[in-house]
Formats: sequence, structure tokens, C-alpha cells
Amino acid sequence: MRQTIVRNVAGLPTFGYGAHSGPWWGAMGFMALEGMGFAIAIGAYLYLYAVNPNWPIGAAPPDLWPGTAETIIYLLSIIPNEMTNRVAHRQDLAKVRVGLIAMSVIGVGLLVLRGFEFAHLNTRWDNSAYGSIVWLVLGLHTTHLATDVGDTIVLTVLMFTRHAKPRRFSDVTDNVFYWNFVVLAWLPLYVLLDWVPRL
Amino acid sequence: MTVRADERELRDDALNGLELSARLDRIWRTPSGLLGALMSVDHKVVGRRYIATAFAFLLLGGILAILMRIQLAGPEQTFLSADKYNQIFTMHGSTMMFLFAVPVMEAFAVYLVPLMVGTRNIAFPRLNAFSYWMFLFGGCFLWISFALNVGPDVGWFAYVPLSSLQYTPTKRPDVWAQMITFTEVAALAVSVEIVVTVFKLRAPGMTLDRIPLFVWAMLVTSFLVMFAMPSIMVASTSLILDRLVNTRFYDSSSGGHPLLWQHLFWFFGHPEVYIIFIPGTGMVSAILATFARRPVIGYPVIILSLIATGFLSFGLWVHHMFVTGLPQLGAGLFTASSMLIAVPSGLQIFCWLATLWDGRPVYRTPLLFVIGFIVIFVLGGLSGVMVASVPIDTQVHDTYFVVAHFHYVLIGGAVFPLVGAVYYWFPKITGRMLSERLGRWNFWLAFVGFNVAFFPMHILGLIGMPRRVYTYTADMDWAHLNLLSSGGAAIFALSFAVLLVNVMINLRSGELAGDNPWDASTLEWATSSPPPPQNFDRIPVVKHRDPLWLDSASLPVVAGLSVERRELLLTSLAEAEPQTREASPEPSIWPLLTAIATTVFFIGSIFTPWAVLWGTPPMAVTLIGWFWPGGSKEDEE
Repeated sequence: MRQTIVRNVAGLPTFGYGAHSGPWWGAMGFMALEGMGFAIAIGAYLYLYAVNPNWPIGAAPPDLWPGTAETIIYLLSIIPNEMTNRVAHRQDLAKVRVGLIAMSVIGVGLLVLRGFEFAHLNTRWDNSAYGSIVWLVLGLHTTHLATDVGDTIVLTVLMFTRHAKPRRFSDVTDNVFYWNFVVLAWLPLYVLLDWVPRL
Repeated sequence: MTVRADERELRDDALNGLELSARLDRIWRTPSGLLGALMSVDHKVVGRRYIATAFAFLLLGGILAILMRIQLAGPEQTFLSADKYNQIFTMHGSTMMFLFAVPVMEAFAVYLVPLMVGTRNIAFPRLNAFSYWMFLFGGCFLWISFALNVGPDVGWFAYVPLSSLQYTPTKRPDVWAQMITFTEVAALAVSVEIVVTVFKLRAPGMTLDRIPLFVWAMLVTSFLVMFAMPSIMVASTSLILDRLVNTRFYDSSSGGHPLLWQHLFWFFGHPEVYIIFIPGTGMVSAILATFARRPVIGYPVIILSLIATGFLSFGLWVHHMFVTGLPQLGAGLFTASSMLIAVPSGLQIFCWLATLWDGRPVYRTPLLFVIGFIVIFVLGGLSGVMVASVPIDTQVHDTYFVVAHFHYVLIGGAVFPLVGAVYYWFPKITGRMLSERLGRWNFWLAFVGFNVAFFPMHILGLIGMPRRVYTYTADMDWAHLNLLSSGGAAIFALSFAVLLVNVMINLRSGELAGDNPWDASTLEWATSSPPPPQNFDRIPVVKHRDPLWLDSASLPVVAGLSVERRELLLTSLAEAEPQTREASPEPSIWPLLTAIATTVFFIGSIFTPWAVLWGTPPMAVTLIGWFWPGGSKEDEE
């Protein structure tokens, strides 16, 4: 088939940020389906809550302090996260490194705190359906937390190597974006796990 | 945003003809040799493998169906034992749903969508390769387990408490649950790829209202997968946790509830039907336009119907649970929504009939299968409206009436369009035509065989034959209809043998197809058959919904992409305006290694929960290997 060139795109950039980037849309897609996973887990929790006359079953509600401390740190972490986002858009490598280190440290701290939260759930997964769903919900979010922290640490190391090229700044902004999802997903889970058993 | 102006880089505006093709071919080609094959990230290579593997599972699932029909052909036969029969009907359903129907539709999308939207590769091609390996390993895991007599035997929806440890203290349900996890990971990955490919990789000018209907159908399907499959993953995970580490999700003595399983399963399971059917409608629209020699009537109606079907499909799941004792309001609501979904499907059928009516139909094999689809699917839809009603459903629940209904819907709604699609796109994929004569034999054997096999099941169900019984006594008076049904199944199986022979013969020696043997209108026909590794030498520009009918001699294109490295054009979501020239990943062995590590993790965790601990580091290592820049040119921009 004969070709007629009607347009030249040579002047376009070779990477973009946000909706101009492929990986950003990929992250959106995964957030949508993972968000659905959270919604289903919440639905399962509420179903078991609805069919059981006593809730929590055979256990005290979780201790409040680990979840509450996490929630505060999650909310505050949005600030350094957003700062990392801005310096990445400016392609300021030195500040991006600082931001990524800060986010890695915060993430590891949250993982440690998460360990305490499991220990203070006051139930085991095999105690009752209540214990099972609580461990499932918290485990699901922990998987997301751990994956994102792992990803952030790898990206931090990468930005200290020769691979810290301009297109990696777009990856940094996608990582920032995903962290916001981890934070946002936590908030309803905090209410569900720590407050619904106290209703 | 940084505009990079590297003047030294060679672009496709500086080359022409063979020189351009040869250069792009070199850059985009899958490396040779076994290692190269294992590294491939070309959507056409992965798509072909996906299609072939899914059809291999169809063959296996079909053999199981034949075994069941031999067993049921007469009363009190001993061809299969009850235990073997339980495994076989579970394997048949699980294979057909999870290893054939969903994957084969995604496989066609993996192959066709990038070509139809005019780009060079699918979005996230390494994820695509990973998805294929996961599908393959999950399928092999199920079938190897079956060969070792550990095939699941609890039905394709594995209801608790039957599938709980207490009632099935073998590994069989664990195999089922973990096979689900494999295939869902694979399907979710492909769905994200398809969504991003359709959103961002469309050729310039392919606005939302110029997207081919098949691509629209796959877009809607992908969203259904993304929102339905998390439910089955939560379900299969919680089931396996109950069985392995004593969680209590489904244990009613500890606050668990067996109906939670049914809700989680069917919240996925009902959209699943549409995940299989909607791609079929996309195939029908594509084939119909070409062979009716006119665009499908009611393009916006069809798209809105697809989207409406997608939404409504999430509001029907409880109709699978009518006999569990629902509150009356619930039963009424789900009856109404089950009947409502017939409306958008009906609208589509009227659009297709109008297209045929107004067109100048050319009755080649693909169109025959489309007409077969319309007839069989409408019949399946009618029995669907019947079982949407609670009193009827209560009577025929778990009988052969339901078996007849869903085979009419699934085989009529998906397999007939699919076989039509094989005849339609085989020339594009292989460069050769299938035999029309064998095609007609194939169609008529399939159409007659299918109806003879499945229509009697309606009657068997109405006179009381329950599904999933391995035999029946002579005094039930079910023998004649069962024998008839088995005879039909044999004819139906023969039709697939004809298809296989047709493919085998013509793969190497069929008549050469040329670029566009059917004079079709969409972009996949604007390149050679089979397409070169780069798909198009230059990215097309779309000015019309049917670009090749607007002008079949010349193709408007864009220039300015690199011919030194893999580069794609990203365009805006609605208007498809060019935005960036983004790098596309090179071949890599890491997706395969990651899939192997994930497989070890998944299978290991059936045997010990500690696999979660020792299985994670290899996965982390392979994932880092996958994402770590390899020093190639596009990585270092």
C-alpha cells in the first residue's frame, strides 16, 4: 500500500509525565484492580460482620495505637512524597535522591509498625472468621506496602547509579503516584479494622 | 517536559521502501534460537503462542466432554468410575472457562488489538510475555495434577463446604484454587495491557468514535476482567487459607459462612460469562461488516450496548443463588436485572440483522459462523430469560436444562464467533487462506452437531435429570435422549477435527492470502500477511472509521520515529493526538524467570505456608532483574 506522509512527529519528547506516560496508565490500571481487591475484601468483612450476632468474635477489638500511629505517618508522608514529585518534575537529581531516601525510610518504618499492628490485633487468623478476615485485610494491605517499599528502595539505589537518566524522573513520579494509592487505600481499612469492632 | 532533539539519530523520514522495512525489521525482530524464542516480547509471537495454547486446552477439555458423553450414552455404564467422572466434569469446566474461553479471547486481543489500532507492539510487552508463561504454567500444573490423579473433583465453582478440608481432605481443591490464581494473574496482566494499548497507543486520528468495534469490545472486556477477577482471587485465596492454615472464612462453627463463597465466586462468575461473550460480539461485528460489505449499522448503539452490558453484568450474580433462600426483595431485584441485560444484547442483535439486511452479504465461512452464532445465542438467551425467573429456576436448578442453557450461551455466544474469527484472521496471522470447502463442512457439522448434542438436554433437564451424575438407571427413561445427545457430541467433535485438519493442511500449503484478502476496512489489513515484526513501516494516520474503505490504495502516515531503536507513538486518550515518542522494551528473559519464580511460590505454598517466605526472595530478584535498565539505548535516554 502506498504511503503518504502527512505529519512529522520527530519533535515530540521521548518520555512524558502523568497522563502523557504509558507506565502512569499502567499504574492506574493496577490501582483500579487492586482497589477492587480491597473493596471485595471490605465487602467480605462486612458480610461476615452482618451474619454474626457478636463482633468481634471471641476477641477484644485491636489495640488502637499501632493503626492510629500508622495513619498519622501515612498522612504526613504525603508531604515528602509530594516534594519528591515536584523535584522529579524539575529533574533535580540531588533532591530526588534525598526525597527517595526519606520515602524509603518512612516505608521501612511503616513496615516495622505494621508488625506491631499484627501483634496487637488481639486475635489469630485461626480463632474465628473475624480473625481470618482481619488478617486477610491487613495482609492484603501489607503486601501493597511491602511491594511499594521494595520498589522505592530499588528506585533509590538506581538513582545513585549511572542509570539515573532523565526518563527515570518519570518513573519516580509514578512511584510517588502509587504511594498515594497505598495511603488512600489504608484510610478506609483503618476505620474498618480499628473502629468497626468498637461500634 | 523535555523535548529531546538528537539530530544524529536516524528517523524514518530519512529512509524509504525496502531500506526502511529492513532496518525496522532488524530492530523489532525476535532474536533467533531457543533463547531468543524464550525472550520474545513481540505481541504477535506471544499472541500466536497464547492462541495455540488455548486451543490445545480446548482439545483437552473437548476430549473430556467426549469421555463424559460416552459414559452417559446409556444407563448404568461403567466406562468411568464415579470418582473419575467427578474429576472429569470439574476438569472440563475449569479447563474450558479458565484455560480456554477467557485466555483465547485475550489471546486474539493480544495479537490483533495493536495491529487494529495501528501501533508496533502492545503496551508493557514484557508483562505480556510474563502473562503467557503464567497461563501456560498454571494450565500445565492443573493437567499434570490431573494426570497424577490429583485433578480437582469439586465442580468448576468448588462450592464450600464440599471443597473444604473436612469434606475433601486431598490436595485436589488446592490444585483448583491455585490454578485460579495463575490464570487470574495472567488475565489481569493482559487486561491492563489492552486498556493502556487502546487508551494510549492508537494511531493519530483514531478518535474514540473511530475505534474498531472489536477493539471496543476488548476494551470493555478488559475492564470487566479488572473489576471481576479480584473477587475470585480473594475467594480462591481464602479457600486455600481455610484449607492450609486453618482460617475460618467458610467454617460456620466459627463465624464463617458458606454463602460468602457463593457471593465471592459469582460476583466474578457472572461477569465472567460476559468476559467470554463480549469479545465474541466484537468478532461478530468485525466479520459482519466485512462480509455484509457495509459498516455495521448503529456503531454508537453497539458501543453503548457493550458498556451497558459491562455495567449490568455486575448486578446479576445472585441469580446463581436463587435456591439458597433469598429475601423476596433480593430475588425480585436480581430477576429484574437478569432480564434487563437481555436488552443491550438484543439491541446488538438487531443492529447485526439490520446490517445483513441492508448489506450485500457474501456467505463465506466466517459469515456462516456468525449466522450460526445469532441463531444459537438467541436460543440460549431465551432459556436465560426463563431461568432468570425464580419459580422456573427453582425447578430446573442443577438439572440438564441449565447445562443446555449455558452451553447455548457460551458455545453459541463465544465459540461460534471464535471459529469464525479463526477463518477470518487466519490469513492475516499465517499469510495463507483456509479451505472454504472444509470450512463449510466445519460449519454445518458444528451447527448440526451442537444442536443435536445440546437441545435434548433442555428436555432431559425438564424431565428431571440432574447435572453431574455419573450414571442413571434404565427406568428413568433418559436413555434415548442421552444417546441422541452423545451422537450429536460426536458430530460436534468431528467439526473440530475438520478445523484442525484445515489448519494443519493450509498452514504451510494454503493459497497465499495477500495483505487484504477479504477487502476489509480496518488497519490490520493495511500491512502484509503475516505482519512484519514492526507491524507497520510507518504509523498510519486515521481519518475515517473504516480507513481502508475510504482509500484502499494509499495510506496516510506519520514520520519522525526512530529507526535505531524500538519506539512507539503515544497519543491522547480521546482525540488520539500525538504526545510522545516512547521507548518500547526489548526482548528479555526476565519475564520467564519471574514466571518460574512465581510458579515455585504458588505451587510450593500448596504444600507449606513457609513457601511464602522462601518463595518471595527469588521473585523479588527476578522482578528487579526485569526492571533494572539493561544499558540498551532506549533505557539510557
